[in-house]
Amino acid sequence: MLRFLLTRVSLVIPTFFGVVFLAFLLIHLVPGDPVEVRVGERGIDPVRHAKLLHEMGLDRPLSTQFFDYAGQVLRGDLGLSLVTHRPVLDEFLTLFPATFELAFCAMIFATILGLPAGVLAAVRRGSIFDHVVMGASLTGYSMPIFWWGLLLILTFSVNLHWTPVSGRIALDYFFDPVTGLMTVDSLFSDQEGAFRSALSHLILPTVVLGTIPLAVIARMTRSSMLEVLGEDYIRTARAKGLPGWRVISIHALRNALIPVVTVIGLQVGTLMGGAILTETIFSWPGIGKWLVESINRRDYPALQGGVLLIATLVMTVNLLIDLLYGLLDPRIRHRR
Amino acid sequence: MKRQLLGAVAALAIFAGFTVAAEAKTLVYCSEGSPENFNPQINTTGTSFDAAYPVYNRLVEFKPGTTEIMPALADKWDVSDDGLTYTFHLHKGVKFHSVKGFTPTRDFNADDVVATFNRPWKADDPYHNVSGGAYDYFNDMGMADLLKSIDKVDDYTVKFTLNEPNAPFIANLAMDFAAILSKEYMDAMMKAGTPEQVDQVPVGTGPFIFVDYQKDAVIRYKANPDYFRGKQKIDNLVFAITPDATARMAKLQAGECQIAPYPNPADIEKLKADPNLKVEQQEGLNVGYVSMNVTKKPFDDVRVRQAMNMAIDKDAIIKAVFQGAGKPAVNPIPPTIWSYDKDIKPYPYDPAKAKALLAEAGYANGFTTDLWYMPVQRPYNPDAKKIAELIQADLAKLGITAELKSYEWGEYRKRLQAGEHQMGQLGWTGDNGDPDNFMGVLLSCQSAREGGQNLSKWCNKDFSALIDEAKKTSDVAKRTELYEKAQVIFHDDAPWIPIAHSVVYMPMSKKVVGYKVHPLGTHIFEGVDIQE
Repeated sequence: MLRFLLTRVSLVIPTFFGVVFLAFLLIHLVPGDPVEVRVGERGIDPVRHAKLLHEMGLDRPLSTQFFDYAGQVLRGDLGLSLVTHRPVLDEFLTLFPATFELAFCAMIFATILGLPAGVLAAVRRGSIFDHVVMGASLTGYSMPIFWWGLLLILTFSVNLHWTPVSGRIALDYFFDPVTGLMTVDSLFSDQEGAFRSALSHLILPTVVLGTIPLAVIARMTRSSMLEVLGEDYIRTARAKGLPGWRVISIHALRNALIPVVTVIGLQVGTLMGGAILTETIFSWPGIGKWLVESINRRDYPALQGGVLLIATLVMTVNLLIDLLYGLLDPRIRHRR
Repeated sequence: MKRQLLGAVAALAIFAGFTVAAEAKTLVYCSEGSPENFNPQINTTGTSFDAAYPVYNRLVEFKPGTTEIMPALADKWDVSDDGLTYTFHLHKGVKFHSVKGFTPTRDFNADDVVATFNRPWKADDPYHNVSGGAYDYFNDMGMADLLKSIDKVDDYTVKFTLNEPNAPFIANLAMDFAAILSKEYMDAMMKAGTPEQVDQVPVGTGPFIFVDYQKDAVIRYKANPDYFRGKQKIDNLVFAITPDATARMAKLQAGECQIAPYPNPADIEKLKADPNLKVEQQEGLNVGYVSMNVTKKPFDDVRVRQAMNMAIDKDAIIKAVFQGAGKPAVNPIPPTIWSYDKDIKPYPYDPAKAKALLAEAGYANGFTTDLWYMPVQRPYNPDAKKIAELIQADLAKLGITAELKSYEWGEYRKRLQAGEHQMGQLGWTGDNGDPDNFMGVLLSCQSAREGGQNLSKWCNKDFSALIDEAKKTSDVAKRTELYEKAQVIFHDDAPWIPIAHSVVYMPMSKKVVGYKVHPLGTHIFEGVDIQE
């Protein structure tokens, strides 16, 4: 097990440095001179240009800049935002709870709908229900988030007035964040209706962000179930005269779930990508929206820091899943 | 009996009055982004200026909806005969806001004005390097070089001395960067060791007091009860930060906000059709144009430049590219700026006459030119490539071959300013509503130098003399006359093909009254009310 652990962790280290390098290159790969971009169309004389370039530290050799940056990152310093002059890490940590709350709800939504849908589709293979699940998941998987989000807003918010258009809570409520999770904070605020408001604001973004994972989980569960249902031990169980639901829930589902859990873990990357669009549509004040704003304002340190932190997060989750998987299924850690 | 009835009616009226008064009026504005901070001295974006605007006043301000100057924190000002000294007489009894951790002990006075301008101007000011210490607007408007001294004469009199006469100076002081901060607050925060607080929790004299900001979510303000122009009719002002244009409009339609800026052009008709909404509009303070480089053949010939102006179907461009959100341009300044000459007749779209003029100039068979288009979208030009293609097609009808060219944005501007092009598109958005901010910056002989903003490198001595003269006097009537003369010269000598001024649309609930679209693009909530 130790050997397995070390191999996996040692693979992550070069990946991490690759990401640091790419994040560093961002500022040099994005077209345009950061100084010119900063001053807009007003134009700038060469003296001030040089001064600003120097202030931004961009006149030093590329290698110096990289080693400085990597050193900074290793010390946990992601620099200051060009725009707010606050540490990038602080900004990230203030906004992360909002993204976490949304992503968590989206995952719950996707799992509690996706698992049963997949199981039922597998059990009733070829039925109308199976075809509906397969068709809907394919549609959901290929749905552009932007279009899907706006469609839901127009239907449920603008026309039916059932849900709010955007934001995390109605503007009448306001209290200082404690955990940063609006659903939790609203319970502590003792303002009547705050929790309900927070919940109603979560509905549409959760559905939009959860749609792709939902589709993936449903399809994965179905195919994994089908594979397991064809195994000998299921036939044995049935032959023993066990009731059908018992065969499916105890014998089949437990084994079918192993790959599904991996897939759920892998959705973290998808969720982060989806969050950028979802948060923008729903004005959800999380890191996705923060990244978009940083791009718009050419706030390179924020952009670099954000990309780095998200990549690190995804890598960490994947590593944990790998380890968990190795723990659950000994065949994997002994494979060479 | 009658008396009793009267008493009952009076009691009812008082009761009704109370219930109305008890209901707080809240105006929600769906803003398009998060501010960088709340100090306009160190900002550069409209989004941030908007967020600070309700909190602050300036010495002088723009009349809502116009670019005319009106007194604000300064009741009046005297200008010396040589145009070098401006003496401002300050309004008395103006109160600064109280916020968490700071309560002012004195009224606004001359010390605040001096301290406000010292921060960006004096490198040794204790506040100069706070929050990054970049004062882009202050520097770009040339204030650092223009100012010689700022002196407090007495508590309510401040004297600004300039190094040279500069008529746009007053207009500059109406700009966002010239917002007046509290010296007392700055000192208190410096003493407390939290100088950055000044830029994050703003204290001004304005119509609204800053309450709270949740990044990327909401900014809250409440009406300033002691505002020197009178308390506002709305009690609370809320900015609901909503970056996506479609979501912004959906919120407006769902009644979650009352005003929302920057609709997608494609949505405007739908918004106009909504019975609960009205869509106000105004021409933006900008101009998009094609510069013709007069130092290069064939554009050194005025007949060719005039022919080009007649060869291009501007209306078709407005229709195809701006989708109606633009007006064809005639002069180098937009019609919302004072001194705009309405009497100038635009060049008609007349290919036959253009052809005749070209023949007269010796180009009967046309010629080959380059035509540069911007790689980015700007307010004054939503799609430069499309415009270039339309122009190319129009010119082809006269036998002129135009080769389309573009560069990365920074490079593009650098090369245009160096005069490498023959024909090139660019534009300008005004800073302060002063005609000099367009004509002086974009068309004078000084700016025709290599690297200057005069892309046509057009140096017309008569035009430049008029502009210089107008810049040195602060008599608006005289300046207007000079600028009108200059516009005639510009029209006849035709160094540009002026293309368009974009139109700014502002959709809002029908209940909103008193909101005026500001030509400089600021969103101003002073004097706005909601009627049920």
